[in-house]
Parts: sequence; structure tokens; C-alpha cells
Amino acid sequence: MTLSVRRLRGVERLAGPLLVVRRVPGVALGEEVLVRGRGGAVRHGQVLELDAEALVVQVYEGTAALDLGSTVVELTGGPFRLGVSAQMLGRVLDGRGRPIDGGPPIVPLRSADVNGRAINPSARASPEDFIETGISAIDLLDSLVRGQKLPIFTGAGLPADELAARIATGARVLGEERFVTIFAAMGTPRRVADFFRAAFESSGSLDRVALFLNLADDPAIERLLTPRCALTLAEHLAFDLGMQVLVVMTDVTNYGEALRELATAREEVPGRRGYPGYLYTDLATLFERAGRVHGRPGSLTVLPIVTMPDDDITHPIPDLTGYITEGQIVLSRELHGRAVFPPIDALPCLSRLMNAGIGEGKTRPEHRAVADQLYALYARGRELRRLVTVIGEAALSTAERRVLAFADLFETRFVGQGATRRSLDETFALAWQVLGELPREELIRVPTDVLDRFWRPANGGAANGRAREGGP
Amino acid sequence: MSTPAAPASPEARGRIVAAAGPVVRAAGLPRLVVGEIVRVGPSRLLGEVINLQPDAATIQVYEETAGLRIGDPVEATGAPLRAWLGPGLLGATFDGLQRPLAALAAAGAWTLAPGLEAPALDPQRRWSFTTRRRAGEEVGPGDILGVVAEGPFEHRILVPPDTSAGRLRAIETGDVTVHEEIGRLATAAGDVPLRLAHAWPVRAIRPSGGRLGAGEPLVTGQRVLDTFFPVARGGTAVVPGGFGTGKTVLEQALARWSDADVVVYVGCGERGNEMASLLSEFVELVDPRTGGPLLARSVLIANTSNMPVAAREASVQLGATIAEYFRDQGYGVALLADSTSRWAEAMREISGRLEELPGEEGFPAYLGSRLAHFYERAGRVVAQGTPERTGSLTIVGAVSPPGGDFSEPVTQASLRLAGTFWALDTELAHARHFPAIGWTQSYSLYVEPLTRWYREEVGADWDERRTEAIALLARERQLLEIVQLVGPDALPDEDRVALEAARLLREAFLQQHALDPVDAARSPRVQLAMLRAVLAARAGLGAALASGMLLEQALEAPVLQELRRAKGWSGDDVEARLTALAARLASWDRPGVGPAAGAPPGEGSAP
Ligand SMILES: Nc1ncnc2c1ncn2[C@@H]1O[C@H](COP(=O)(O)OP(=O)(O)O)[C@@H](O)[C@H]1O
Ligand SMILES: [Mg+2]
Repeated sequence: MTLSVRRLRGVERLAGPLLVVRRVPGVALGEEVLVRGRGGAVRHGQVLELDAEALVVQVYEGTAALDLGSTVVELTGGPFRLGVSAQMLGRVLDGRGRPIDGGPPIVPLRSADVNGRAINPSARASPEDFIETGISAIDLLDSLVRGQKLPIFTGAGLPADELAARIATGARVLGEERFVTIFAAMGTPRRVADFFRAAFESSGSLDRVALFLNLADDPAIERLLTPRCALTLAEHLAFDLGMQVLVVMTDVTNYGEALRELATAREEVPGRRGYPGYLYTDLATLFERAGRVHGRPGSLTVLPIVTMPDDDITHPIPDLTGYITEGQIVLSRELHGRAVFPPIDALPCLSRLMNAGIGEGKTRPEHRAVADQLYALYARGRELRRLVTVIGEAALSTAERRVLAFADLFETRFVGQGATRRSLDETFALAWQVLGELPREELIRVPTDVLDRFWRPANGGAANGRAREGGP
Repeated sequence: MSTPAAPASPEARGRIVAAAGPVVRAAGLPRLVVGEIVRVGPSRLLGEVINLQPDAATIQVYEETAGLRIGDPVEATGAPLRAWLGPGLLGATFDGLQRPLAALAAAGAWTLAPGLEAPALDPQRRWSFTTRRRAGEEVGPGDILGVVAEGPFEHRILVPPDTSAGRLRAIETGDVTVHEEIGRLATAAGDVPLRLAHAWPVRAIRPSGGRLGAGEPLVTGQRVLDTFFPVARGGTAVVPGGFGTGKTVLEQALARWSDADVVVYVGCGERGNEMASLLSEFVELVDPRTGGPLLARSVLIANTSNMPVAAREASVQLGATIAEYFRDQGYGVALLADSTSRWAEAMREISGRLEELPGEEGFPAYLGSRLAHFYERAGRVVAQGTPERTGSLTIVGAVSPPGGDFSEPVTQASLRLAGTFWALDTELAHARHFPAIGWTQSYSLYVEPLTRWYREEVGADWDERRTEAIALLARERQLLEIVQLVGPDALPDEDRVALEAARLLREAFLQQHALDPVDAARSPRVQLAMLRAVLAARAGLGAALASGMLLEQALEAPVLQELRRAKGWSGDDVEARLTALAARLASWDRPGVGPAAGAPPGEGSAP
């Protein structure tokens, strides 16, 4: 197109993240632009709208301190592209992928449009390789598989970062090379970024990690770019180079807020709680980049952290995330208060892809049945716990009291594993220990032959004996 | 979808004057009509004209618009959005614009680039067509011309509904591609070539020879559906539920187990991995009715959440058009749409870009009428044309209410339209009670018209048992409220038995694991036998307590253990075994005693 008009003056409006400038021919929707004010650093933007007279640009760094008269908009001729290469592993980059660790410049292998492209659903290979995270509540009850997108729903002050770091440093696929991790910080406090960095460092995996940092004091609108940069590198490593890639993103809530800020500036009709109606689609264009592809050896697994504002799981950001992702791990303030780590509330947790990754030849043949049984009993235990607060424990039958006791044990011993990493075998052994507290007749979700093999009464037959004890 | 060669006349070319997201405005195309398909930009992206002003047309673009520039060309095509209908649909996977995704993947397109083009139906493939007509015969719209054997499926080739009646000038049996002539029809308007495939505008409801009432259920194999809240063939059902409550698993169970002849599954704005796993399972799963793979009776449409939003609406309409096409052949068709909310959100997004006045929660004011138009496409009909045949189109639409709150506009608008309401309950899902269909909120308006069928085909006591079971669950709810206040001990024996019986009903009957190797689907007769057994247990428990036994003891009776594990029973004699178990449960007053003499062997009680 016309190369003479690369620099535009005639800025007509500056408002929050938006800049409106008189149009020239040949500008493309989505094109990257550079914005130069009087003095000051170069800012970056993207063309959002084109109309007869003007074009609307979103400026990632915002328009503060710009003026109409001296601002110049420079067209770059194409969308924002990120140069990607495996050299980015071991590096710290800013929210748009430039090194900030003082290391050597990165020589990209190729460059890619950070928006990526939808994977053809028919080219997807179903994720089915079990990942041992070392966390019992995940490995047995809500197993993670390679190529899955599984968020952690957390509340302010709950240890989601610790859990995510543990998963990122401890995840293994049996007999396979370790994951490489891409960490994307979106509006994250420096303390959190430092925590992750230290966690990777102490596990000796820093050279297998790339950190993209948009921190709390970095420009808000740039956050919209950060996960896209991280995923673009992840796609390169997974689908071009065949690596097993894990992307940890924190915090999706900050991302959603940046999107809302932009939508408000554009005076769009808001959807629920002021978030734009396309929040679902926008988040989907991030999370759906996870997966596996037929004929390509790598995989891209996404682990986003979502802080539920006011612990409200129905808030649009966790809600829409849950609608897109393949399950969720939910943290509980109540368990955290009782010093259970990780404070995973098993009931609202889910892994939709679990079934493809477990069972005969993958984990254990009885995996599904044991998980179902633990769930059924724990759900019943929680129901009874609610009842007990009203009518007192004395009103329960012996069988009910046993289930109640099971629920306590399940939380403190099975879920609450503290700092240790548990192998899948250890997790199963512990599950059978906890199930041993109940008479085998009550374990109706487990086939009898499995019970024959694994079920043993706790304390040498006490469970059976107690069934009769203290009856009315 | 239809991609006619672009007419080269200068009036058919305009240019872009404005663009934002999926909406562009084009000037210089005076002959456009609303609904016409246009080609936008150098990559010839598909777009549709939404409205017209004297100086410009507003176009929604079905593909990613990044890179479009002011002044880029826009071409008219003279045709609305159309689906290609003919042999080759079954077993295929399409996107919302009917691009053949599997064929594209096979050709190496593992990502979807804007402007990608490929014919919906393989233009090279030859099909063996056998005519059922002779030259000289009079035929009209909807008449069956002949058949193509598509694996185990008899694909009936019809005179397209928009073709006028006339005399067959020629019609021949032979191996032909979808676009080659199989014959010619002499009509008042001149000769019309006949082919295996024809195109049909996706937003136009295909005509039928008249509607019939509900008479038979679509049997799904799911106990809570078939026994409690059945949907009629030709009926409509909506399935709202928060995330993770089981909408997709339910839709997929229907795709697998329902006794439809053809299943059209539309993944609209949902996950790519779900479509991939459905696809790979359907290749392997065997259709018990034909012995062929399940995929051979299925058409999959995948317009996932990360694919352009404007095509979501097209995907649902495309699915409905393909479904109607098979209905017109005289088949029972199920259209499963997951999720209609994503389609409604796409409408909201486009409407917002058009700066239309928003209605409730930002949805356009025409949300209700669009949904109505969609659900109206369901029905049991006498097909147009000869020989006489009936076909049905059953629509099951999933709804994804924000925050799981059913008071939102899409759920409410859908509820007004659907005959069956399967309300998914988040608490049940969290407690792993699946399918998590809440029995208090759900309903079916088809119970009455279907009762006769159930009495004749399933059991004369079907409606009685059903009513009894639903009443038991209602009683449980009342009793649980009392228990919350005073504890279970205060209840009289009869009520404590009711509570235990209700629990059995939930656990041994309503819960049905979608992946269970034997219990995933059960015939209505087995369903009724299970229900009878559960209700018999109530009588049995009552009798046991009346004879002086303590409830706790009674509950440990082996015969109840058997009932709790009956979901694992398989084989041809399950119904007989359940009937025998029911007899033992009802007459049982001495717990701990083994199976009554002469009863068929049970699975065996705990050792
Ligand atoms: N009938 C069922 N049997 C067993 N598990 C089920 C059933 N229905 C749902 N589930 C469980 O619930 C999860 C979520 O179901 P899904 O249909 O994906 O939810 P939704 O589409 O409503 O978000 C599934 O991954 C599965 O674990
Ligand atoms: Mg779903």
C-alpha cells in the first residue's frame, strides 16, 4: 500500500486507552501502530475501527500526557507479531515479549501473529496422557491431562500461587521428558512474580521457563497482549518443536478488567456487571489455544489462575472461564482457615478430560470407581455436616456418623497433604486407608472384586465392628 | 456453503468504507438484497448483508476481519447463505459455513485461515444411484426420485422443494457425482436438470406436507428422561445448566443412544476438544441398529468458541437445514445444539456493533423471535411428495445461563418455546448425582400424549409407577425440611422408610453414569423394571419395620445390596432378574435370608 503516508498527524480525540486520528487510505483493521508524543517513549497501539473519516486506535500504554497537536501515529503495515524461538526459555520478558533481564537479544526462528489461529477441530487429537501433578486431590479426583485447560479458582489471600508453582515444578508424565513452562503475569504484583521465579529456580528448572511479565504497575491495556504473546511462544514450542508445554497465567481477573476498561472507553453496551458481551469469546480465543494436534508430538496445557472477586464463583470472569475450560480446581477459604494445604474444595472441582486419561494401562483400572466412591461419600459427609449444625451429632445414626468422620479424614489426610509431593501410588494407598474407615457394604460404587483386592478395614476390622456399636 | 462463481459485472463490486470487528460497511453495490452473501476483501471472506441504506450496506463477516482495509473490494454473489444437501453429509464434520473440516484437516489445514475454501460435498466422489422412477412419470417437489446407498443408510434423493412439478424427461440409474445430472424434468418454466445434491437457504424452513401431533417418544436410554421427562419425536427440549452440570454429556449421550435415524450435532461456540473426542468415539462406536459406526448416522457441525462469532448463528441454522433434509426423506432426526446461548451471544455481539437498541441484558429485541423460528423447525410431519412417509425433527438445545441463573433472557425465552425442560442443578452436579437433572424444576408437556405409547410398549403400569416415584421424591423434600429442624429420629417409621426409599430411587434409579459400560443406556422396559424394584423396596422396608425390625438392620439386608448394585447387571435377562428381585423385595420380611427359592440367581450378596 501507499508507503508515503506512514506517519499520521491530526489526532482528534484522546480518551483513556483510545486515540482517534484522521484516516488515510490503506490502514488495516488490527494493524499495529506506534504512537509518539512530545518527548516521552514510543507507545504501541492497534487499530480497532476504521470509518469514513477516522480510525480508532487502542494505545496499550494509555494516552496520559499526550496532546492532540504534537502526537504522531506511525503505521507499521501489519499486525503485531512476536518473534519466537526456543532461546526464549530461561529468559525474562516484558508483557509484550521484549527481554528485560539484561541478557543477549533473542534471535527469533520465525515471527507469528500473536492472535494465533483457531485449531481445526478435526485436526485435534484428544488429550489423554495423564499428568501426575503430585497433588492427591487432583491426581485421583480431577486428573489433569496433556493439552487440557484447567484453571485454579481462588480467592484473595488463598494459596493459588503456591499450588500452581507446585504443579508447574512437580508435574510429570510417566517416562517422558519434563514440561517446559511459560509463565504469563497479567497485572500481577512483583512479589508474586518473584515468588514464581524463586520456585522455578529452587526446583532447578529456570532454564526451562520463559516469564512474560506485565506487572501491576505496567500499562493495563498491555495485559491484553501478554497472554497472547505467551501462547504464541507456547504454540511454537509445542506444535513446531514438539515440546510438552505448560502455560501458567495469572491473573485472568486482571485481564478481564483490562478488557472492561477498554470496552467502557469505547462506550460499548455492557453485558453482565459491566463486562463486555464478548468476554466469553475473548477468553475462549486464549484458552482454546490449548490442545494437541494430530501428527504433531507436542502439547499445550493451560493452567490459568482466576481470583474470584468476593469469593463469588458466579462472577462473570470465573463463570465464563468455567464455561470455556475443561474443568476447574476450586480453593476454599474454609479449608485454608483450618490450615489444610492445598485447600482444595473437592465438590465444585471438575476435570472434564479425566476419563480419557485414567484407567487400565494409564493409571489404575479402578481409578474411576475409587474417585466416584470418594466423591459420593464426601458429598454425603458434607450434607450431614450441614445437618449436624442444626440438629447436633447425636441425632445421627451410627452409619451417618461414620460418613461424617470420613469427611473429616478425607479433608485433613487425603486433601491436606501439606508440602509433600505424593506419587499416584501413594495417593491410592491413602485413599484406601481413608475408605477403610467404612464398612465395605457401603462402598457400592466400587466393584466387589476391587474391594476384595484393596479394601482393608482400618484398625483391623474396627469399621465392621463399629457398624453395630451404639445403635439406638 | 454455496459459493457460486462471482458475477463479473461492475455493479457487483463495491468497496469497504468502514470496519469494526465482524461488521463492515460497503458502498457501491446498489443491487444487494438483505441476506445476500458477499465476498469481502482480497481473501474473499464470506459475509452476509444485514441491512441496507441508500449509500452503504452493513455486512456481518463470518470470518476474522483483521487485515481488511478501507477501499478493499466487496463482491455480490446474488445468493443467500445456502447449505448443500446430498450424499456425503453423513459422517462429515463441517464448520458453521459448511466447510468440510475433516477433509481440510486431511489436506493439512490444521488451523483455519480466513478465506479458506473447500466444497461441502466431495465433488469427485461417485455414488451409486438407483432410480425409483421412469421417464415420462409426473413428479413434484419432495417426490423420491431414487436412492443412494450410503453405507448402511438409504439416502433418498428428492425433487428439491423449490422445483416445480413436471414430467420426467429422463432419469437413470448409474454412478454419478453429486453435481452430475441424474435426469431432467420438463416443467412449465422449462427443463430442469436433476442432481443428487441441491442447495437450500439455511434460514428458510423447508416445506412439509403437514404436521402431526406427538405420538411416540424419542427413546434416549436415560432413565430420568424416558421415565420422568420424556421428549416426543418431533418435540423440543431445552437443557439449561451452569458450567459443569452435564449439558454436553447429556447431548452426547443423546447423540449416542437415542433411537433417531439421523443425528445432527451442532457444537456452537463450545470446546474444540469436545468435538474431537465425539468424533473419535463415533468412528469406533457401533450403532446397534445398523451394525455400522455411529458416525455413519451422524453429521457434526463444529463452530467452536474461538472460531468467528458471526458463523455461530449460521452453524445452528445449517444444522437445522440438514436435519430437515433428512426429515423430508422420511427419517426420525435429532438435532442437538450445544449451546444455543453462544448463538444468542453472537447475535448480541453483532447487534451491539450495529448500535441497535439493546433489550434485556444487552440482547437484541428480536432474540425471542429468532429462538422461536429455530424451535419451530422441530416437528413430526408428513413429508412433502410421494411415496407417503412421515419424518420427525426433534430439537434439544442446551442453554448456558450466566452464573447458572435461569432467570436470564435466553433461558426464559427458550422455556416459553420448548415442550420439555430438563433443568440441570449445580448442587446435584457437585454431589456427583448424574445426570444432574433436577426433578422438582424439570417438566415434560409430552407425558400425556405419550402415555398410551408407554402403556402399550413398555408396561400398563408405566404412568402409575411414574407418578408414584415422583410423589415419593416430593415427599422426601417435605420430610427433609422436617429433618433439618428436628432430626430423623423424630419421624415415624413410615416416613423414615420413605426417606430411605427416596434415596434408593435417586441412587439406584435416577443416577446413571454416562460412561458405564452397561448402564449408560437402558431400554424403557428395563427402566420400568428397575423402577418397580425400587418401589417394591419401599413396601418391603415398610413390612420389615412393621414386623419389628430396626431400620438400620433392615437397610443392611443383602436383597437391598443387590438392588443397589443392579445398575451393573447386563445380559438379555436383566428385565427378568429385576422382576424377580422386585418380587423378593416386596414380600421380604425376613432380612438376611438369601434369594427366595426358584428366583433367578442375583449377582450374589456380599460374601
Ligand atoms: N451422566 C453423567 N455421568 C457421569 N458423569 C457426568 C454425567 N453428566 C455429567 N458428568 C460429569 O460432569 C462433567 C461436566 O459435564 P459437561 O456435560 O461437560 O458439563 P456442561 O456442558 O454443562 O458444562 C463431565 O465431565 C462429567 O465428569
Ligand atoms: Mg458443555
